[in-house]
Amino acid sequence: MTATTSITTGRPADDLPPRRTAGRGIDWGQPFVYLVALVVAAVAIGPVLYVFLGGFRTTADLNADPAGLPDPWTLANWASVLGSERFWGNVLASVILAVGTTAGVVIVGIMAAFVIARYDFRGRQGLYTLFTAGLMFPLTVAALPLTLLLRTLGLHGSYLGVIIPSIAFALPTTIIILVPFLRAIPDELEEAASIDGTSRIGFFWRILLPLSMPGLVTVGVLAFVGSWNGYLLPLLVISTGTLPQELWPLPLGVTQFSTQYSQDTAAVLAYTSLAMIPALAFFLVAERRIVGGLQGAVKG
Amino acid sequence: MTATLQPAGPATTAGPAPTPGRRRPRSSAARQRIEIVLLVGPALILFLGFVILPVILAAVYSLYNLPPAFRWEQLAEPDRFIGLANYQRAFDSPEFVRAIGNNFIILFASLLIQGPLAIGIALLLNRPLRGRTALRLLIFVPYVLAEVIAGLAWKLLLQPSGGVNAMLESLGLGFLQQNWLADPSIALWTLFWILTWKYLGFAIILMLAGLQGVPEELAEAAAIDGASWWQIQRHITIPLLGPTIRIWAFLSMIGALQLFDMVWVTVAPTVRGMATETMATYMVQQGQFAGQPGYGSAIAVILFFISLAVALIYQRLALRRDLAGAVTRGVR
Repeated sequence: MTATTSITTGRPADDLPPRRTAGRGIDWGQPFVYLVALVVAAVAIGPVLYVFLGGFRTTADLNADPAGLPDPWTLANWASVLGSERFWGNVLASVILAVGTTAGVVIVGIMAAFVIARYDFRGRQGLYTLFTAGLMFPLTVAALPLTLLLRTLGLHGSYLGVIIPSIAFALPTTIIILVPFLRAIPDELEEAASIDGTSRIGFFWRILLPLSMPGLVTVGVLAFVGSWNGYLLPLLVISTGTLPQELWPLPLGVTQFSTQYSQDTAAVLAYTSLAMIPALAFFLVAERRIVGGLQGAVKG
Repeated sequence: MTATLQPAGPATTAGPAPTPGRRRPRSSAARQRIEIVLLVGPALILFLGFVILPVILAAVYSLYNLPPAFRWEQLAEPDRFIGLANYQRAFDSPEFVRAIGNNFIILFASLLIQGPLAIGIALLLNRPLRGRTALRLLIFVPYVLAEVIAGLAWKLLLQPSGGVNAMLESLGLGFLQQNWLADPSIALWTLFWILTWKYLGFAIILMLAGLQGVPEELAEAAAIDGASWWQIQRHITIPLLGPTIRIWAFLSMIGALQLFDMVWVTVAPTVRGMATETMATYMVQQGQFAGQPGYGSAIAVILFFISLAVALIYQRLALRRDLAGAVTRGVR
C-alpha cells in the first residue's frame, strides 16, 4: 500500500465553512501562525524554485555563484531541452505508460469490483479477501522474479512489461475503493431496471457506470500518478532492455540525462524542471477532480 | 457513505451479500456464472500471475544459487539448490545488517520527528487563514513530484559547490558547509532531511483533514471552562486526531521499510554501501546489477517478512489502544 492511496481519504479543508477560533478574545497567535505558514511554504517550494531558476542560468554562472539569481536570464537551456527529441521521447513514453496503466486499471478493476459488489455467489467473500491481501505484497518484494518472469514472457524491455504489472499491483487499492462505491448504489435501482427488462450487464453499463464515475476518477488519478512517478519497475524492465534511452519514461530519462551531462549543471536543472512541469500541472487539474469526485460521492 | 470518504483503513469484508429474494430463474444462473467468469477473470489472472506468482517465485528462487537471466530448467541442475545458504549469507553480511538498521533508523526518525512536526504545524494552521488554499497547494508540491525527480533536485542542491553550501556561505555560516551526500557520517541524515521535505506536506494535509473531523463544540466547552489553547490541543484535539495519526504512522512505516527510489538516485553507489544502503537498494544491487537473482530473492523474502511483522505488530498495538479508548469512553 502506498501513501498515495490516502490522498483521497480526507476531505479538503477549505470546502468547509471556516472554523471560528474557539471563544478567545484577541488572537495573539495570528502573526506567529502566518510566520509558520510562510516558513513551511518557503521550505516546501524553495528547492523547486531553485531548480527552475537555475535552469535559466548558464553553467558558468552557476559555478561562479551557485546561490545567485539569473542575471542575465538565458533561455538556451530550456530551448535546447525543448528542442531535443530525447525529452519529448521521454514524455511520450511516460504518457504511454500512464495512459495504458490507467485505462487497464479502470477497466479491469471496475469489472471485478462490479461482480464482488453486486453478484451473489459462493466464494465472493474469498475473492475480495484475496484482492485485499494484495496490499501485503509490495512491488519491491516481487520485483526481481517479476523481471525474470517478463523475460520468459518476452515482455522484458517493452512498455507492456511495465504496464501489465503496474495494473496488477494497482488492483487491490482499486477494488477496495470501488467495491463500497458500487455497493452503495441502492438495490431498488437495479430492481427497477430489471423490471423494465434490462439485463444485469445493461444495468452495469447504463446505470452503475455513470453513477460510479467519481470513484472511477479517483482510482484513475491514483493509477496515473503512480505510473507517472514510478521508477523501480522501469529501472528493472526498461533500462536493462533494448529500448533506446530516447524512449525511456521520464524518471529514468532524467536520471540518465543527469548522469551523462553531470558537468553541465544548468542543462540538468533545465531538464529536471521541465520534467517537473507535467506532474505539477496534472496535480493542479486533478486536485479539483478528486475534490469534485468526493463531493459528488457525498451528494450521491 | 463510501470507503473513499472514511479515513479508516480498508474495509475487511466485501459487505453484506446482495439482497436475497430476487432470485433469478435457472437459465439465468448459468448466465450469471459466465458473467462472473468473464468479468472477474482478467483481474484474477493479472493479480495471480503478476502479484502472487512472483512473490511465490521469490521464495523458491531464494533457495537456489542462480546465474543472471537464467532459464527455468536450470533450477534442476545439480548444485543449484543450496537450501537456506542465501539467508545465512544475508544475515552474515555486515552490509545487509546495516541496511536493515538504516531502514529502522529512517522509520523511527520519521515517526518521532516528522509526526510531531506535522501535528504541530497542522494544529497551528487549523484556523481561518488568508491564502489557505494557496498554502495547501504549496506545501503539497514536494509530495506530488516523483521521488526520483525530487531526489535529483536535492542532489544538485547538495553538491559541494551547490546551492545549499553557497547559501550557508552567504549567510556567514560557511563553517556548516558539508559534503552532504558524499560524507558517510552524515549522508543518512541528509537523506532523512530530503524525505522529510518530500513527505511532511502530505502528513500536514492528512492531519488538517483529520482535524476537520474533530467537533468544535468540545474545544469551545473546554475554553469556557478555562482551558488554555495548549490544554485543549493536548487533552481534546490530539486524542481525537488519533485515528488519523495512526493511519499516517502506518503509511510512514511501510514507506520507510520499502525505501528505494530516493536512496538509489541521490546517493552514489560507493557512499550508499557505506552509509545509506536500505534493504530494497541492497536487493536490487545484488539481485539485478550484481547478477545474483537467488541471493536477491532471499533479501526480498526477508524484506517481506520484516514488513509483515511490523504491520502485524503495529496493528495489534494500535488496535489495543483503540479498544482501551473505547472502554474508558464507555465508563465515563
